[in-house]
Amino acid sequence: MSRLALLEARDVAKRFGGLQALADISLTISHGEIYGLIGPNGAGKTTFFNCLTGLYQVDEGRFLFDGAPLNVKAPYEVAARGIARTFQNIRLFANMTALENVMVGRHVRTRAGVFGAVLRTPGTLAEERAIHDRARELLRYVGLERRSDTLARNLPYGDQRRLEIARALATEPKLLALDEPAAGMNATETASLKALMERIRADGVTILLIEHDVKLVMNLCDRVAVLDYGRKIAEGPPAEVQKNAAVIEAYLGGSLA
Amino acid sequence: MTFHPEIFLQQIINGLVLGSIYALVALGYTMVYGILGLINFAHGEVVMIGALTALSVILALHGAAPDLPAALFILAGTLVAIPVTMALGYTIERVAYRPLRNAPRLAPLITAIGVSIVLQNVALLVWGRSYRSWPPILPTTPHTILGANITDLQIFIVLAAAAIMAGLMLLVNKTKLGRAMRATAENPAVAGLMGVNVNVIISVTFVIGAALGAIAGVMVSANYQIAHYYMGFILGLKAFTAAVLGGIGNLAGAMLGGLLLGLIESLGAGYIGDLTGGFLGSHYQDVFAFFVLIVVLIFRPSGLVGERVAERA
Repeated sequence: MSRLALLEARDVAKRFGGLQALADISLTISHGEIYGLIGPNGAGKTTFFNCLTGLYQVDEGRFLFDGAPLNVKAPYEVAARGIARTFQNIRLFANMTALENVMVGRHVRTRAGVFGAVLRTPGTLAEERAIHDRARELLRYVGLERRSDTLARNLPYGDQRRLEIARALATEPKLLALDEPAAGMNATETASLKALMERIRADGVTILLIEHDVKLVMNLCDRVAVLDYGRKIAEGPPAEVQKNAAVIEAYLGGSLA
Repeated sequence: MTFHPEIFLQQIINGLVLGSIYALVALGYTMVYGILGLINFAHGEVVMIGALTALSVILALHGAAPDLPAALFILAGTLVAIPVTMALGYTIERVAYRPLRNAPRLAPLITAIGVSIVLQNVALLVWGRSYRSWPPILPTTPHTILGANITDLQIFIVLAAAAIMAGLMLLVNKTKLGRAMRATAENPAVAGLMGVNVNVIISVTFVIGAALGAIAGVMVSANYQIAHYYMGFILGLKAFTAAVLGGIGNLAGAMLGGLLLGLIESLGAGYIGDLTGGFLGSHYQDVFAFFVLIVVLIFRPSGLVGERVAERA
């Protein structure tokens, strides 16, 4: 491999009762890559995200991230290690403003503790200003600078998706995991989302992308992995995967293959 | 029956004093509910222990130096009571609630009642079963405005409670800690993924609620000039009622609910005799709180301000 691995999943398995949601998933994502995770509904893509971000504990296998095992006991440690994500069904802090949502994301990269907050020391005040400035910068980065004081729940759908990305970026991730960011977007919105993802990658963040929009995946991703019934059935550059017989069968059903 | 404006004004003053205290206690209930969805029924007992701790300090200090200014006594008592209740609030969450974080909702609720009984009995062992009176340190000559009386203590209670509540709103709305608290209240799993240490935030919430409780405990015992091991029970229920009235989980609602409940109780107790032709007297004061609770639960369970309904992960 020419580039250094950022994330490596080794034989990751997850069961829910009798359902094998993930079976022996192994994959490697390199620094600076846009890596797509595709597959039919229920293939295990979001389960993979949930295992990676510590919402689920894996039954077997493990993750290596940035050269060290990823053993997290609490979700905040995932953020501290440099992994941030968005959600398939948007999960913003609905009653906080757009700016405040992004400011929460700065939590893990700032130091002021409980006593600072109560006593308002000069150090805390300076840090609070820095959090504020950085959050504004990120809103501008995703094109939401005019919406900073709008409550998250009052934002249009497409803006909510962008805000989730800005909030995730606020944690300064090395790996940004996006769960169907283009879902429900029209062609114009999708095009500008694509440009945003390319810019994020250019700024040095590796992207792991779950997406149903095949055209977007094919145009954007360096490599893709295809999941079906919890197993990885194909991996490689999009153009190759597209021609893979197993993939065609998974998507279109046996009769057409 | 004739209307006496000075009596009406007097009931308003009494109601505001009582309401300020209810509001401080109600904040403890509502903050914990907002973050955990748990009614911490032991909170009334935390207030009681704050009151008794402060009174013990005041009595000891009064025995040693009876001529100190009243404010100094109260300050010393409060400054000891606050860390005691903070440690207590932290311990309750850590020992009684955290192991049940993912248990069915009924389990922590019953545990809360258990903790409440344990704390009452601990207080019974430490302070005994008799009412403990305050030493005569507070100035008793009231100021008269428009025929109604108001003491220095009452003025102090209302102003201090208002300042504390303003400070709390500032903390919750304008600081990093407050943002983390609100984010955790809306969605603990997502707050965690954004780097918020959710367990720390939950502990801090209990500790802040307990500190407010200690202050309220000192206020209520100073107002009635007594404290005893059972005082937390009714006070806790009333503050819980205030929190529900305002909309449980909502900070502004708890403040509004507390003030309203204080006013309802005070006016109700003042006029119930006249309204029922002397059939019911002012000792029916406690009935109003529970009447309010029942009416709110039937007609507007989300409270006056109404709790936001956040989707949980």
